[in-house]
Amino acid sequence: MTLAIDVSGLNKYYGNYHALRDVDFSVEERQRVVICGPSGSGKSTLIRCLNRLERHDGGRICIGGIELGDNLRDLDAVRREAGMVFQHFNLFPHMTVLENCVMPQVLSRKTARRDAVERAHAYLERVHILDQATKYPGQLSGGQQQRVAIARALCMQPRIMLFDEPTSALDPEMIREVLDTMVDLAEGGMTMVVVTHEMGFARQVADLVVYMEAGEIVEIAPPDRFFDAPQDERSRRFLSKLVTA
Amino acid sequence: MPTEKTTFTSLHTGGSMTQVPERQSRLSGFVKTLFGDRLSIALTLISVLIIYAFVPVIDWALIRAHWTVASPAECQSGGACWAFIGAKLRLILFGLYPPEEQWRAVIVIVLIMALVLLTLSPRFWGARLLLVWAAGIAVMLVLMGGGVMGLPPVPTSKWGGLPVTLLLAVLSLGLAFPFSVVLALGRRSAQPVTRGLSVLVIELVRGLPLVGLLFVAAILMPLFLPPDWNIDKLGRTLAALTIFAAAYLAEVIRGGLQGLPYGQTEAAQALGIPYWRTIWHIVLPQAIQKVIPPLTNTAIVMVKNTSLVLIVGVFDMLSAARSAATDPMWPAPSAEAYLFVAMIYFVICYGIAAYSRHIETDLTARSHS
Repeated sequence: MTLAIDVSGLNKYYGNYHALRDVDFSVEERQRVVICGPSGSGKSTLIRCLNRLERHDGGRICIGGIELGDNLRDLDAVRREAGMVFQHFNLFPHMTVLENCVMPQVLSRKTARRDAVERAHAYLERVHILDQATKYPGQLSGGQQQRVAIARALCMQPRIMLFDEPTSALDPEMIREVLDTMVDLAEGGMTMVVVTHEMGFARQVADLVVYMEAGEIVEIAPPDRFFDAPQDERSRRFLSKLVTA
Repeated sequence: MPTEKTTFTSLHTGGSMTQVPERQSRLSGFVKTLFGDRLSIALTLISVLIIYAFVPVIDWALIRAHWTVASPAECQSGGACWAFIGAKLRLILFGLYPPEEQWRAVIVIVLIMALVLLTLSPRFWGARLLLVWAAGIAVMLVLMGGGVMGLPPVPTSKWGGLPVTLLLAVLSLGLAFPFSVVLALGRRSAQPVTRGLSVLVIELVRGLPLVGLLFVAAILMPLFLPPDWNIDKLGRTLAALTIFAAAYLAEVIRGGLQGLPYGQTEAAQALGIPYWRTIWHIVLPQAIQKVIPPLTNTAIVMVKNTSLVLIVGVFDMLSAARSAATDPMWPAPSAEAYLFVAMIYFVICYGIAAYSRHIETDLTARSHS
């Protein structure tokens, strides 16, 4: 069985800054992986390399058996496999919520509009926001916008979902609704890679926790072992600084 | 937030409580506005002077004006000779276009206005509208030029007046738009060659006066082209206007592109939307929305710039008015002719400005974040 994500020997530089150092990690189908670590540890860079929003400078990245490189057709195929949810939602402000979900399908898959609308309705329903479909993103709360962003990504029917700090830009009272949506998704069997500071979420749904620091993967462990008996000194130090775990 | 608001209101009412306004009659309030303090007195005096200075103008334009005359000689008694406009209306509006064919020019004007009106409604924006415009322009050019379907041919040298002004304005802006988008994107490109070329074109064109470009296009270019390359003068003039508009529009659009958060294109990439579709559906609508005021500005400037084509002998509305005014039968009617043309320009330009205000409020009503 091919791995959903297979990364080996990954290196990434920003000028002289070594952002990712020899990163190896893999995700199986239907596995949920949470990446955590202090800011600047390279976790966002790593997840952004997975659909080539950042180019990597060394190593291999395979998504669903397709290797990421300069081949544009492969890149297209990879982006079809992997949906992404951003910290700042990045909804299209000039389109209604419904259009945000419909247009990308029409523009990148040439899906017939009627099918696209039908699918958009289904996923907006699933994230419990169908009642806001005719509004513009600017008229919604942050939590609602992020749920629309999740629905938008799901409309492309990806096999993997990448979440780049999906709750970091939210007011505290809105974090729950987004996490609930993600838990629901995880329970549906979606392969997920989540960069987050929400350790409760990691405990609840993750199969594996990846701890990164200074561009390196320090520790990969199932959540109960990671939180209760971290192996590495650096993980222990990180966990001791968290208020709740 | 609510607490701030209440303090503010209470302060405000408290303030007005201390100085209860005495009941003023409307007249004393009016007098106070006019002569309340030194600045008001000064402004009032200046206004009175300006109005006084306009008395002769009003007298000339309205009171002593001749609206209808039996013969041009009647106009000699002073006062505006509006009858002249009536007599020369066809020449000013259509130039040397053969009078018996002027119904074609009228249709062209109506068509342009209809297309512009159609374009005003955001509901119709999209690829289909571009097709409608392309078809419309083709119909207009066939109508103006003739030579097919039993329409007698009219060479472009005979075209003139308002249709030429409108065609030049609409076509130069419309054709410039795609070029300007490419130039603006090129100037922001990561590839040094693309960026360099875009900067070169933009700065070169912006660094030249439009009159110079028109001269090059209308007079110098034919000297350098092989003699059998017979490109029409009107076409060459249009090309110069288009290049000029493109350079200015490119900078306006670049401003809009710069204001766009990077996350927008990233999201489009992550969703697998191809580059040009991202530009057309995600980037441009937002970028243009951000630069409506300077876009309006450029559009208005370009409408007025079309009047410069008279320098190279293209017969636009202003040239037509000028030549109408040289008729020796009429006593010096150039002021009337120019005022009439100025009014048409004003109506067009004010229309553009009013529309842009309307669309701006419309778009902000969506209250995007």
